[in-house]
Amino acid sequence: MSAILDHLPEFWEGLIVTLQLTAASFLGAAVVGLVITAMRVSPVGVLRGIGTAYVETFQNLPLLVLLVLAVFGLPEIGIKADLLVTAIVVIALYEAAYIAEALRSGVNAVSAGQGEAARALGLTFGQSLRHVILPQALRTVIQPLGNIFIALTMNTSLAAAIGVVDLTAAANRVNLMEAQPIPIFVGAGLAYALIAACAGFVTGRLERRLVMVR
Amino acid sequence: MIQVQGLNKWFGDHHVLRDIDLEVAQGEVVVVIGPSGSGKSTLCRCLNRLETAGSGDILIDGVPAPVEGRELARLRADVGMVFQSFNLFQHKSVLENVMLAPVKVRGVSRTEAESTARQLLARVGIAEQAGKLPAQLSGGQQQRAAIARALAMRPKVMLFDEPTSALDPEMVGEVLDVMVQLAADGMTMVVVTHEMGFARRAADRVVFMDGGQIVETGEPNAFFEAPTTDRARDFLAKVLTH
Repeated sequence: MSAILDHLPEFWEGLIVTLQLTAASFLGAAVVGLVITAMRVSPVGVLRGIGTAYVETFQNLPLLVLLVLAVFGLPEIGIKADLLVTAIVVIALYEAAYIAEALRSGVNAVSAGQGEAARALGLTFGQSLRHVILPQALRTVIQPLGNIFIALTMNTSLAAAIGVVDLTAAANRVNLMEAQPIPIFVGAGLAYALIAACAGFVTGRLERRLVMVR
Repeated sequence: MIQVQGLNKWFGDHHVLRDIDLEVAQGEVVVVIGPSGSGKSTLCRCLNRLETAGSGDILIDGVPAPVEGRELARLRADVGMVFQSFNLFQHKSVLENVMLAPVKVRGVSRTEAESTARQLLARVGIAEQAGKLPAQLSGGQQQRAAIARALAMRPKVMLFDEPTSALDPEMVGEVLDVMVQLAADGMTMVVVTHEMGFARRAADRVVFMDGGQIVETGEPNAFFEAPTTDRARDFLAKVLTH
């Protein structure tokens, strides 16, 4: 226990980095995922193709591979970025593929008549999506989005492998000094579990509040 | 107001509309009847291009209906449509349903859109339902809300695609009453329906379709009393005996 208590500041700093990674990459993933979803359901074939290619690419590569590639590949083409920023961008792009798929299933769950009614009123495709389809799609996929958020939280620990000192890396460092892996990693694990529990609580509340009477 | 010339439409190999020619004059109420699968709903949906036509021309107010893009959206803003399954936006209150398009498409201010919406809801007799979600309304109320939503765009013409087919029998009347009133107010209307009583009461002209073709067209009294084609006679014999 003292192995953790003696190193609370390190854990705290690691936790802050993990929270930064999680919040920033989820935000980025949500924005990119929304754009990809719009492309995948658009009437323009080329856009649908690009959207599909994006999802297939990022769903079929391991996140760790992408992270390592970005860290070593980006400087090769002259892009030098902070490790934390690199990790945030890569995780965001990766998770965006999953968010896009969850949103698309939500869009498919909205009856075709809703879009027809919107178009029949003179709304453009973008307006129909924004005011009619997506608000309803979102309500049906709150739970899967919550799951993606939790998976993303866990995935941020891979950033430790490219040198970002997040909660996992901090635990690892402390362990190198104290050599008490069980309490140290159980402690770190509990912190992740706490974040996941908060996410579960929030999605549950959101789902109850936004549930749509049909 | 609407001119359809040589309209053809295929679903795969199935030829659903065959050489349709149809004109609807300003203020005219045209009721399209016919057996299921005769193409009447498809024709209605082609008029605002919810279905793409295979070949042929559709002119609204003398202008060829645009095929896609913003011009098409602008055309649809002027052509109101009422669906069999209402299609009210499930996540918005009745009032918001009616306000959405005027605000987003016409750029009307929210206060103005709201006062227009409340007037229209009163006109169709559901003013007190304004704050409710569509799912909290009866079918008849939902369909009247959908009519109010379409009217909020001040359309030049209204299309009704079997507006009462999804309703319980006791709610059909309240929707038809609104439509009869609308017709009396001079709205140009194309109504696809199985309600022969409505056709008699409100139509200026009845169009009878079968097998993707317009088989017969005429004044409602003449058509119902003395149809000239065998197919129309058969159809009327079936629907009017019950």
